[in-house]
Amino acid sequence: MGSLFKKLTRSQLAIPLFALFLIVIFNLIRDPEFFSIAIATNNDGNTVLTGNLISIFNGASAVAILSIGMTLITSSCKGQDISVAAMAAIAGSVFVSVLRSNEITIPVILLAFFLSCVVAALFSLFNGVLVAVFKIQPMIATLILFSAGRSIAYWINGGATPTVSSPLLTSIGGFIPGIPIPTPIIIMVVFLILITIVLRLTNLGLYTQVVGISERTAHMNGISPVRIKLIAFIISGVCVATAGCITVCRIGLINHETLLLDAEMDVILSVAIGGNALSGGKFNIYGSVIGAYIIQALTVTLYAMKVPSAAVKAYKAIVIIVIVVFSSPVVKDFVFRTYKKLFKKQAEKEVQAKAA
Amino acid sequence: MKKGKDLLTEKRRKKPREAISNTNLLMTITICTFIGMYMIAMFVWGGGFLNPQQFLDLFNNNAFLIIIACGLTMIMISGGIDISGGGVTALVTMACVVYLEDHGGTVAGSIFMALGIGLFFGLLHGILVAYLEIQPFIVTLAGMFFARGMVTIVSIAPRTASHEAFLNLKQMRITIPGLGYYGKTGIFIPAQIELGVVIALIVVIAVAIILKWTRFGRNLYAVGGNSHSALTLGINVKRTKFYAYLFAGILSGIGGYVYLLHTGAGDAANATQAEMQAIASNIIGGTLLTGGVGNVIGTLFGTLSLKTITNIVIASGLTKPYYQSITTGLMLCFFILLQSVILAVREKGAIELLPEWLRPGKKDKGQG
Repeated sequence: MGSLFKKLTRSQLAIPLFALFLIVIFNLIRDPEFFSIAIATNNDGNTVLTGNLISIFNGASAVAILSIGMTLITSSCKGQDISVAAMAAIAGSVFVSVLRSNEITIPVILLAFFLSCVVAALFSLFNGVLVAVFKIQPMIATLILFSAGRSIAYWINGGATPTVSSPLLTSIGGFIPGIPIPTPIIIMVVFLILITIVLRLTNLGLYTQVVGISERTAHMNGISPVRIKLIAFIISGVCVATAGCITVCRIGLINHETLLLDAEMDVILSVAIGGNALSGGKFNIYGSVIGAYIIQALTVTLYAMKVPSAAVKAYKAIVIIVIVVFSSPVVKDFVFRTYKKLFKKQAEKEVQAKAA
Repeated sequence: MKKGKDLLTEKRRKKPREAISNTNLLMTITICTFIGMYMIAMFVWGGGFLNPQQFLDLFNNNAFLIIIACGLTMIMISGGIDISGGGVTALVTMACVVYLEDHGGTVAGSIFMALGIGLFFGLLHGILVAYLEIQPFIVTLAGMFFARGMVTIVSIAPRTASHEAFLNLKQMRITIPGLGYYGKTGIFIPAQIELGVVIALIVVIAVAIILKWTRFGRNLYAVGGNSHSALTLGINVKRTKFYAYLFAGILSGIGGYVYLLHTGAGDAANATQAEMQAIASNIIGGTLLTGGVGNVIGTLFGTLSLKTITNIVIASGLTKPYYQSITTGLMLCFFILLQSVILAVREKGAIELLPEWLRPGKKDKGQG
């Protein structure tokens, strides 16, 4: 029992899982029906699953995908990319402009997605070169695209907010006929499985952590920190394009000003809530994904409590502060020591009792 | 090497020329860029740029940004980051307007309120970052969310101040003697600055003095440069960081009040992206996010440069907003690359490429 507790508290996922658990319990007490899933028929005549749980998973999928790339960048570069949302706007604009100039069929969608991946990867690579080659801090290097990115998207769109509508796109952003689960959730799961396979089958995960912990050591062991960082940025670029395209498909238009607005903050938060150190080193992708779901669950809960949408941020901030305080090393250490003291005393008492 | 005795006697006459420090070098580049940019603008576009009022409007419109950026400079020198400045500014404007309008507040009361809000955020950030060792980005991000959310809780609709004593304070203008321009009717209109500009300049000077001549300021550089060696030297690292956040919080409060003095309205959209502009000003001004390098005078000129480039873009006929942010991005890119290259060249070899006064002191001794 003791060792299990120890393992749990030492695990990186302890705090995020506990926070998620608390949110679930809170909602169940507040409204036992909160997590009930109903089967309904949507406007297109498909049978679909509806409910708060589905909307949490659906709503968080873009941020969760972005947080995968951010975790890799955070781990290897010891900093965060704050331009992901702006780059998603660029990727979305490329996606829409390709779709608008062609008839929308599946190969065209795939081509558009591929092109937006390439563009996002190139922009991300620009950040990566600044960070890895010129040794500029990630946050500052990405501040360039943060301030210019949405304007580039505006330029690609020619200053308008073009719309695209096609049953194919609705099935990507909403539901595929016959499958009751929202497609973004499926894409998210597929993406996570792909990343897991890549990290398990190659040494990328290990190398990323080594570069994040000590660049010198990595260099001495024949790992090129520059290459690892660039790979992290390219993967992040693909994540950005995927998230951007999903969001475009969901809302059916590209608005460079509001597409995934403030998502970069949510993404960095989900990385931090997931127990990853923002100063680089060890990482856990699943922690980040859980972090994204925590944030979305929190938002949905607050909406369900009829908090006005603009005020949600304030309550979110309070919960975030509570979570980070509990996961801070100082508090963790304190709790651990207190627990040890109590546990030791008990053990001593038992020993004394036995001796007696 | 000279003996100590010689140095003492010949100190005045033959002071060995020291290599310029990173901080001063980066600051000099910024100041030169700003002056050069403004000169070129004056010659090429003339018109508005020759008008002293437009130059002073650069200060009038951005006084709050200068104040926030000064607070951020302290934090960045200590190796941290603060992205809550814009949110706190918006909260202060809204809270003060609501207090003045709905609760029959006084001007003095509203000033205390602004300082109090700033102090609250400063305390919160300071305790969480310095004593609980939570990453500053996350703490101040939460602070920003909290402030932005609180604005809408205080009042969703934008509010305008109509409090008489406050409006008198808001209308207060300080005329600069000798400067001015001739209006269309040929009447001489003297150039004016707002009260906020005076506050901003006082803040800049105060922070510059703190950084240069107080123990706290020197500790900030030490902590930012290498917190571990600062600790072994007996500097209270935690307290230094705590005070940096505390000061920055109070300055955000002051910045919010200055913003209110400029616009006279509380709005949830006030000071949007001000935190990022403050960070950009600091970077252009030569403050490094790694800590230990930076100067508040550079920050002042960084803010001015950032805003001058926007004016130039507008003056050259590219009035669409997206040109402005693209040029801002390009300017940031230029400065970031320049700093990175300069620092890399100064740290590593390639010293022969540089003029003598640019070479770092240590290497000179080693070679000599």
